[in-house]
This record gives sequence, structure tokens and C-alpha cells, in this order.
Amino acid sequence: MNIHEYQARQLLAQRGVATPPWEVCDTPEAARTIAARLLADGANLIAVKSQIHAGGRGKGTFKSGFQGGVKLCKTADDVYDKAKAMLGNVLVTRQTGPEGRLVGKLIITLAPDIRKELYMAVLLDRASSRPVVMASTEGGMDIEEVAAKTPEKIIKETIDPSVGMMPYQARKVAAALGLRGELMSQATKFLLGVYTTWWECDASLVEINPLCVVRTREGKEALLAVDAKMSLDDNALYRHPDLQAMRDLAEEAPLEIEASKFNLNYIKLDGNIACLVNGAGLAMATMDIIQHFGGRPANFLDVGGGASHDQVAAAFRIILQDPNVTGILVNIFGGIMDCNVIATGIVAAVKETGLKLPLVVRLEGNNVQTGNQTLAASGLTIIRGDSMADAAQQVVKTVAAI
Amino acid sequence: MSILVQPNTKVLVQGITGSFGARHTQLSLAYGTQVVAGVTPGKGGQLFENKVPIFDTVAEAMRQTGATASAIFVPPAFTADAILEGVDAGLDLVVCITEGIPVNDMVKVKRAMEGKQTRLIGPNCPGIVTPGRGKDSHGGCRIGIAPGYIHKAGHIGVVSRSGTLTYEAVWQLTCRGVGQSTCVGIGGDPVNGTSHLDVIKLFDADPDTHGMIMIGEIGGSAEEEAAAWIKSHCRKPVAGFIAGATAPPGRRMGHAGAIVSGGKGTAAAKIAAFREAGIGVAPTPSEMAETLLKMM
Repeated sequence: MNIHEYQARQLLAQRGVATPPWEVCDTPEAARTIAARLLADGANLIAVKSQIHAGGRGKGTFKSGFQGGVKLCKTADDVYDKAKAMLGNVLVTRQTGPEGRLVGKLIITLAPDIRKELYMAVLLDRASSRPVVMASTEGGMDIEEVAAKTPEKIIKETIDPSVGMMPYQARKVAAALGLRGELMSQATKFLLGVYTTWWECDASLVEINPLCVVRTREGKEALLAVDAKMSLDDNALYRHPDLQAMRDLAEEAPLEIEASKFNLNYIKLDGNIACLVNGAGLAMATMDIIQHFGGRPANFLDVGGGASHDQVAAAFRIILQDPNVTGILVNIFGGIMDCNVIATGIVAAVKETGLKLPLVVRLEGNNVQTGNQTLAASGLTIIRGDSMADAAQQVVKTVAAI
Repeated sequence: MSILVQPNTKVLVQGITGSFGARHTQLSLAYGTQVVAGVTPGKGGQLFENKVPIFDTVAEAMRQTGATASAIFVPPAFTADAILEGVDAGLDLVVCITEGIPVNDMVKVKRAMEGKQTRLIGPNCPGIVTPGRGKDSHGGCRIGIAPGYIHKAGHIGVVSRSGTLTYEAVWQLTCRGVGQSTCVGIGGDPVNGTSHLDVIKLFDADPDTHGMIMIGEIGGSAEEEAAAWIKSHCRKPVAGFIAGATAPPGRRMGHAGAIVSGGKGTAAAKIAAFREAGIGVAPTPSEMAETLLKMM
């Protein structure tokens, strides 16, 4: 599950991670009030930041034509105008897709005098099965690009989960980032705070980019998180009711939300051949084989190991809500599951939804003969696939002929 | 021979009285697997299906029955505890079927298992089958949730992160009259007990395994690591398939570990590593068995 920047900032602040002063709001009036307060406290420049679960906000464009999901302002009235242009409007960035995301909340924050932009993140290192703290002097940039072009500029510190991140590890990273003197103790507190946030929240990623060395009004240097990105481990949400409450359904695709109600794992893609499969690996492989034979998969859909009648019916309803779908491929390897139960479910779902699109079904496994007989005896136009390859070829051919 | 488990391996089931655990214990018993004990805290002294004794702790179950391997079916919140109980009791093998375990729980479990003799398979996996010689491979050792009857005793090792894709490969082999030594589902989570490479090494050392099918998917770099070892060490033919070439980056495809993130873990990179290592890459998932058999 992804959360918003303002939610990540709250979780980080609770663990001692410093940010420039900020507040979240959902009206232009509130934005102006917050800005006025920050300006009265001595801020010279205010940043207005759209809250959506996607990167590239600064360079994004609103559907209204307004440019930029992050804006810098010098006056409270300017903050009001920018907030008004953003709130309730849809922001399109390189990560949102053309449909964009509705901006419902803004962060209003002091824009500090930045001297240096650094990067840090905590994530799981799959190769060692341990947490790893990653840092780089190349902040404010796309870290994947940095890792690809200049891997020597990525600092990695692996954490032993039985003791957690030790202060000496934070000092090592700070030194590698060139944060010495007064900044070293700040960096230690900062890095330990970010690691603690990652661990305590069961996060899969906490990323601070940029992590900034700023010049304060007193002329001193300070270390602040100017942006924060955080995603959480879905499997661990059961033990974090406070984090569950941060879920923003407006950020999720409506069909994916509906699918999750039926314990179906559905991900919408942009093709036209829908698929309904049992098992995640087989579901991915089914998408792949559709593409291999020249088709384009419309979705990933795993109905799980023990697909019930209700789940199959719900799966069909969800698939059919995607207007791009022009054909359906059902691929079931019924190991333990009875193929006839699946076949009965398919027949009922086809009748229930009044399906008009071509349907190819490949059943294999337990009680497959009876299952195929049920499909044949239904009187419905169901094309039978003998193998995965045969089924994929048939659906691609049939859809192309429409 | 086979790897990890033989038809006479004595198995206990942690979580035998839950509906999922009970159902699959019945199926394993029907397959002829030596399920000798169940463990459910507080239910010690009872019998499962009037024949399998239930114990309160893994240590007691091992002492009383001589079980050396375990299948775990307990709910995700209790799984880390169940695995480490099995490790503490000194089981040779723990096979964790449970899906949905918090990643950090597995990070802690793996750290705690360092230096221990127990091998963990899974979590979030279909388990292990060493097929038997009876009808529909009856008499084998089935730990987990795989359908027993699709197997056939023989000489091909199968290792995969995915359940149904494993069944697909096994069924393709069996339909061609080709049997399997052992089939291992290592699970779809980002942190697991046993990697592709661990299993490949075991197959390579097993005189009864003559070839292997390795099925991978997007996410992580376990397939690349296995491929690198195969290139320089493996003496047996290996065919492979990677699922997820069409998966959009940044999205988790059902399995917690099946995600392309930061440009890492793509199907293209894994397929390239397979080719580089001389692994026969099946062009479609329908041709996994055929690809291997052409190499043998």
C-alpha cells in the first residue's frame, strides 16, 4: 500500500526525522492561513505541493491546463491562487498515466535555502534478506539513473535485523555523504529515525529524495527531509490499524478495489484480451503467452487456489467492466480444485452476465472430462482450448477476426 | 533417490486442525505419505482422523514419532513462531505453505536460522513432492498442497516459485511419460528459506536426477544467481521459463515477490541470464517439458 507524502512526513516526524515546517490542508483558504503563519515566522518562500501517489508532480500538468503540481510562492495570496488551481483538479504526471489523479490535499511548507541535495532510502535487500540503507550524494535526481550510470555513487549499508541499525552505521553513511562536524550528529539522528520508521511501520520502502543540507536563518547548516515517499507491506497491515486508516481509495483503480472485495487479485492492463486464471505464476504466464501469439492482455487476474462460484461470477463481472475487452481466455489448472466446479461456475457466470464476447476456456486437471462436458452441454458458444498454447492462439485468432 | 524427502520421510503437520491444514493432511495420507503427527497447541492427546496423534509442541511430536520434516499451515500472524519452533526442535526440514506473512517477520526468521541445521522451504509455496511408484504416483512423499496424481516417479527435478506453473510443468512431463525425482515449490515471497540455486545444487548432486526444469518469475535476482552457477558448475541439462514478461513495472503480480522495481528483476534480464548460462528457454509455458526433453 502506498501512502501520501504528508502521511509519510507524519510517521517520520514521530520518530525524530526533521523536515522544514509544514502543514496539510484541503481548501485554498486554509492554504492561505498556513502560508501567512509560515511567512510571519520568517519564511521567505513557500512551497505548495499536490498530494497524489505518483512521482513527477513538479513537471506534471493539470487537466485544466495549469502547469506544475508543485509551486513556489512568495505571498499568502499567491499560495491561495495556486492552491485553488490545484485542489479538486486532476494532475497528470509521467507516472499517473493519461487519466491522472485528483488532487484532494496539499502540503504547504517553508521552502528552505538548499545548499546540497542528497538521497537516502531504506528497503529490503532481497539477496541478503536483510534491510539495507541506501544513500547517495546525487540527491534530487532519478536514483535508478544514478545507480545505472554511476553505481560507485550509491552507498549501501546492510542492517543486521537482530540488533537494528547501529549509530556507527549511521555515522559511516554520514561520513560517506560528506556530512561532518555539526552535521554528523544530525545525520546520525536522521538516518536512525528513517530506519526506525521503516522497521516499525513494516514499510517496504522509505525514500527521502532530496535529503537536503540547508542554511537556516541563523546562518547554520541543518539536515532536512524535503520530500518523502513511503510504501507499506500489505501483509503486515493487520497489525497496524493506524496505517490501515491511511489507505486512500481515490488513488486505487475502482475495478481493483472491487476485485479485492472478492479476494481476487486483479490488475488492469491496456490490452483487449481479458484472462481469468488460477495462481499468480500461471496468470502471469497466461498474459505472456497471449502476447507471444500476437495478442495483448487486458489484465492480470488470479482467482486463487479454491475459486468458488461467487468468485468466478465476480471475476467475469469485473473483466466485463473494462470497455477495451473484446475476448476472454479462461485458463485453469485444477490440481486439487474440481474442474467441473469451475465449469459450472463459468456457465452460470456467462448466463448471468449475458456474455456476448468470444470466450475460450482451457481446463486441465482434476475431473477435467466432466468439466468439459458441462461446458459442451451448456448450449453456450464456448471455444475449448486443449493446451495453454492452443487456447491462447484461439483467443488471439478469434478476437482478430472480429 | 530424490532430494530433501523420500517416500519413507516421517512428516508432522503444524496447524493440522485448521480447515486448510486438515484438508491437505487428508490428501497427503491418501497419497500414502507418512504423516505421523500433528501439532496444535492445547490439543495434545487428541487424534486426527482417528489415527494421527496430535501433540502440543513440535519437540514432543518429534520425540514420540521420529518425524524429521514438517508442513506449516498456521495463519500468517503465527507463522514466524511456528517456523522457529520447528528449527528449535531440530527438524531437518520445515516446509511453510502459509501465504501472507509480513516480510519483516521472515527477515527476522532468516536471521535467527543462520547457523542452524534446519532447511526452510517457502513460505507462500505449494510444498514438495517426491513421487511414489504406485498408481498415479501413490506412495510418495507429499508435503504441502500440490495435487499428487499429476506426478510420476522418475528423473527430472522441478523447481519453481509458482504453484500452478509447477503443476503445469509436472503435468507436461507426466503426459509425455517422463517422471520426476522431486518437485520443489520455493514460494513467491521476497524472503524465502531456500533459493532456486540451493535446489539446483541439490539436484545436481543427486545421482537420480538427470535433468531439471527451473521456473522463475519477475522480481529479485535469484534466477540470475542460479543461472551464473549453472553456467560454471552444473553437469545436467536445465530448461527454464520466466513468467511476467508482460507485467507492468512497479506492480506486484499476485506474489509478494513478483515485482519489477527500480528497473531490477525484469523478465528480459532473467531470460538473458538463462540463455547466457546455456539453459534452454521455453518460448511459451506450454513448452517447458518439450524444451528440456530436446536437450536430453
